Amino acid sequence: MNEISNKWIGKNTIRPDGADKVTGRAQYSSDTTMPGMIWGHVLRSPHPHAKILSINTKKAEELEGVKAVITSKDVVDFPIDTPVILGIQDMRWMCRNVMARDKVLFHGHPLAAVAATTEEIAEKACELIEVEYDVLPWAIEIDDAIKPDAPILHDHIQFEGKSSNIAGTLEHKKGDIDKGFSEADVIIEREFKTEAVHQGYLETHSCLVSVAADGRATIWSSSQGQFMVRAMTSYLTGIPQSNIRAIPAEIGGGFGGKTIVYLEPLATILSQKTGRPVKIVMNREDTMRASGPTSGSKSKIKIGATKDGKIVAAQGTYYLQAGAFPGSPIRGAVGCSLAPYDIPNAHTFGYDVVSNRCKVAAYRAPGAPIGAYGVESVLDEIAEKLNMCPLELRKINAAKEGTQAVHGPTYPQMGYLETVEAAINHPHYKAPLGKHQGRGVASGFWFNAGGESSAQLNITEDGNVVVTTGHPDIGGSRASIANITAELLGIHHDKVSVLIGDTATIGYSNLTGGSRVLFASAMVVTESAKLVIKQLKQRAAKIWGIDEEAIEWENGEARPAGDNAGKFAPLTLAELAEKATATGGPIGAGYQVNTEGAEGGFATHICDVEVDMDLGIVRVKRYTSIQDVGKAIHPDYVEGQLHGGCVQGIGWALSEEYIYNKDGHLDNTGFLDYRMPVCSDLPMLDTVLIEIPNPKHPQGVRGVGEVPLVPPLAAISNAVYQAIGKRSYSLPMSPPKVLKIIEGN
Amino acid sequence: MAKIQVSTRINNENIDYLCEPHDTMLDILRNQLNLTGSKESCGSGDCGSCSVILDGELICSCLMLAAEAEGSNIETIEGMSEGGKLHALQQKFLEKAALQCGICTPGFLMASKALLDHNPSPTETEVRYWLAGNLCRCTGYDKIVKAVLEVADEMKESA
Repeated sequence: MNEISNKWIGKNTIRPDGADKVTGRAQYSSDTTMPGMIWGHVLRSPHPHAKILSINTKKAEELEGVKAVITSKDVVDFPIDTPVILGIQDMRWMCRNVMARDKVLFHGHPLAAVAATTEEIAEKACELIEVEYDVLPWAIEIDDAIKPDAPILHDHIQFEGKSSNIAGTLEHKKGDIDKGFSEADVIIEREFKTEAVHQGYLETHSCLVSVAADGRATIWSSSQGQFMVRAMTSYLTGIPQSNIRAIPAEIGGGFGGKTIVYLEPLATILSQKTGRPVKIVMNREDTMRASGPTSGSKSKIKIGATKDGKIVAAQGTYYLQAGAFPGSPIRGAVGCSLAPYDIPNAHTFGYDVVSNRCKVAAYRAPGAPIGAYGVESVLDEIAEKLNMCPLELRKINAAKEGTQAVHGPTYPQMGYLETVEAAINHPHYKAPLGKHQGRGVASGFWFNAGGESSAQLNITEDGNVVVTTGHPDIGGSRASIANITAELLGIHHDKVSVLIGDTATIGYSNLTGGSRVLFASAMVVTESAKLVIKQLKQRAAKIWGIDEEAIEWENGEARPAGDNAGKFAPLTLAELAEKATATGGPIGAGYQVNTEGAEGGFATHICDVEVDMDLGIVRVKRYTSIQDVGKAIHPDYVEGQLHGGCVQGIGWALSEEYIYNKDGHLDNTGFLDYRMPVCSDLPMLDTVLIEIPNPKHPQGVRGVGEVPLVPPLAAISNAVYQAIGKRSYSLPMSPPKVLKIIEGN
Repeated sequence: MAKIQVSTRINNENIDYLCEPHDTMLDILRNQLNLTGSKESCGSGDCGSCSVILDGELICSCLMLAAEAEGSNIETIEGMSEGGKLHALQQKFLEKAALQCGICTPGFLMASKALLDHNPSPTETEVRYWLAGNLCRCTGYDKIVKAVLEVADEMKESA
């Protein structure tokens, strides 16, 4: 492979999908229609917990315009006590989440679906479905779900020998925790609480499914993985994967929330039954009530340090809401919270708690922000007690190459310390603060991920390049893949088109998640490019009648090298493409692999807030995020990931929360009451991209998308403390809560 | 009940449609006229994804009844570029990476255009408050605000 000239890597090129997106032409899932299409609607539970005694669909079926009504009996069942693992999901939960079986477990839980000629008729028909319930006591909050006489959601789930809502635990241990605390000069122990928050993608869930007369299904949907959609739909409908073509529509945000299915299996079954294409669009209310969110939590953090600031012991206990089915992201809390530090003695423990809430879905570094919130807040207190700069404390304890992490691995080359040093030296950290203003810092870690990826790189007959990969592009990954392809082939960026293939046109690719897409895509594209360059050299060798080894590929052309140097005029990609038929046929190659070597990502954030002492409103005045990004292939979109993550963190810390009322219903299902940050809430956001290449990646890529959501919760909380002199131990720090803290109640 | 006939002008073309009394403008744009660039993300006027310009004023098309459009002039995202040439805001959004997933982008572009139509040289604060009715979950708004301010600056220079 020729050396990287860095002509395109690191350039802020215009994204391949951009023109369609600024003109309204990009096709998101609900923008698609088909001839003969009808509409689906889902009936949802009005109760947080109830036995379903009977469902009578007769009146709905008789309504003019109704074409089919389905219930759980139409969805493939998986016995509740036998795991059927698919990625991080379990199909026995998934089948019950898409359609309640025997019991409804949360307000908004689907229990029937209708297909009709119009959306209005489908909705009306849902109202005509008669359901008899035996309403059961429910538990919404963690404390209510784990108390001794709590209503049990799933009788077969056992903890400590009896039925329980604690569905699982996870633990990491290092050293001797008791010995560690005995060596500490200062020990701080605190309890924290966070509320469930939604990913907040602006595109609600939707899909269009057409099952043809031969039983073959085509699915257009908004998801983070067309292969995930295919697999889950196959499991839940019994249609073999080879007969399902899942087409990834443009996706209007996911942040982890579109890594599972809600509507696709239902629309598929409705289409099977009616012989018509069926479209279902979830409204905002149902999206808030019955998709996402991530866990609310309670946790207890205890950290001990010597008087010179060396952390000698750290302990974290986390309870995370899973929603109605097991599977909260305890791994992120338990595994990431202490990862930035070199700590000799540590113990983290997580509990997965089911309750009568919507099943949680992944959300950007799932679990890690919750873990970091407690740890980074306690570190702030330790620094204060030791009269030490909080960044200095982090610098003293920073994990480095060779450090064994609490969650197990020994770190290779990585840049956590560099983020801390950059923060210390950043002008932001030294800037003066005004009245009622405070500055907070915090760090964070996310694992990042590898996994299966496929790419196909084809040379067109006119010498241009089409690259196809299998991961939905949420935030600009096509732009980065185009940069890498142009770089590797030594051609102009304009000659490269990048497409996301559907399940029938590209090999299996794991979903867009875990900050894995560019890491993995770049690997398979690099290998494909190597194969294509080999072919191009072979073609030139054939034309010139010399050995292929005597040819080098440089600047987009084959050149005779060594003894043959200068003997033949170079052949460009276009010239070789033109002669392809005569020299062996089409030029192109694909590569598929289970990628490995995704090393973790670290960040340190600085945040300034100003607190309105009369109203309790916290305003972010300045925000700087500093992150080891490996190699920024497209710096603007890397910055964009940092910006977006920080602002989601600002929402989580200050204004977003799921609020349940006394009936166990979610009370704030619209954007007016579920308050995500808006433009006027925010300042410009500063970023510092530190590039410590991932040694295990051909371009040095590290995942960048999730780390930015890990530090903000604590950075903002620490800043609020500095501003008002009192500390909040729960999120969000909404105006009434902050006012109470100020007033000392 | 009989449908209501409405004659209007959308993106400089005469458009007639029939609507139900309860149909929103957004329903008609998306489901009848196939102008799916306007998005429905909330249906309650809180997110701005369905922003269009009605007789010069920025509105949420999900909050307007389609029957109210009689005789009015509507601009949607589909009419923003002319003759295949992108509007300066569209071009700047691309150059400045002011979009990630892109679902909010049509709404932001319409809102930004309406802003610059009303106020060709807004301050950063004015941009932020004008765009406060448009939600973006991906970008943190930073690059969007910068793009709008840059276009305003360039318009001033070329004026």
